[in-house]
Amino acid sequence: MPLDLVFLGRLDEVAGGGKRSVPLLPCVDAVVDSLEPRLREAIRAPKVKLAVNGILLQDTDAPILKDGDEIAFLPPVSGG
Amino acid sequence: MADCTNRSDVRLLVTPFVPAEELAAFTAQNQEAGGIVSFLGQVRAGDSVEALELQHYEPLTLPAMEDLAERIHGRWDLAGLLIIHRSGRMNPGDPIVLVAAAARHRRNAFAAADFAMDHLKSESWFWKREKKSGAWHWVEPREQDFEDIARWG
Repeated sequence: MPLDLVFLGRLDEVAGGGKRSVPLLPCVDAVVDSLEPRLREAIRAPKVKLAVNGILLQDTDAPILKDGDEIAFLPPVSGG
Repeated sequence: MADCTNRSDVRLLVTPFVPAEELAAFTAQNQEAGGIVSFLGQVRAGDSVEALELQHYEPLTLPAMEDLAERIHGRWDLAGLLIIHRSGRMNPGDPIVLVAAAARHRRNAFAAADFAMDHLKSESWFWKREKKSGAWHWVEPREQDFEDIARWG
């Protein structure tokens, strides 16, 4: 099973869709490196947060990824 | 523990709701409260906005709203708390958010509803875009929202 990537907010537009599946890679950095440059740059912008399987990552977290994990890329929220 | 869970009604909806009906039901459930304060947020008409779309992320958005409700109960003595928030596409005039706080004393209800709105506006997991002249634009965070939340320390 591959990894599921979820792009929220403006990242949805940069990615050309809110969801995509990619082959399993061992860590989030490797996944981000594998993306097209424009999207990679948008994800590495300040204040973009990441969640793996619905758990928000803290700055120093570097989880080992496994089959079927979902990684969400969360730009700053625009409020309710 | 069961009596704790009844104090909050927190919902994330992807279909329209009728604020007056929700408020009537909430009021009926909280007859022992001396006061109920409510706030309704709706899609602003004008500014050439044709539609508004809110996007949420299932694993984070509702759990964070529920956490907020718990924090509010920890801070003020409330009989009940209602938080209803829309996601998905809306038109001008459509309700987006309804917050109501029921309390024995009105100041708790005013403060709790105010706190809920400030935190929903600046901290909740929603991404918003507007349709103007046929084109969609993402809405960036507002400085005013961060100033509003800073009031609470």
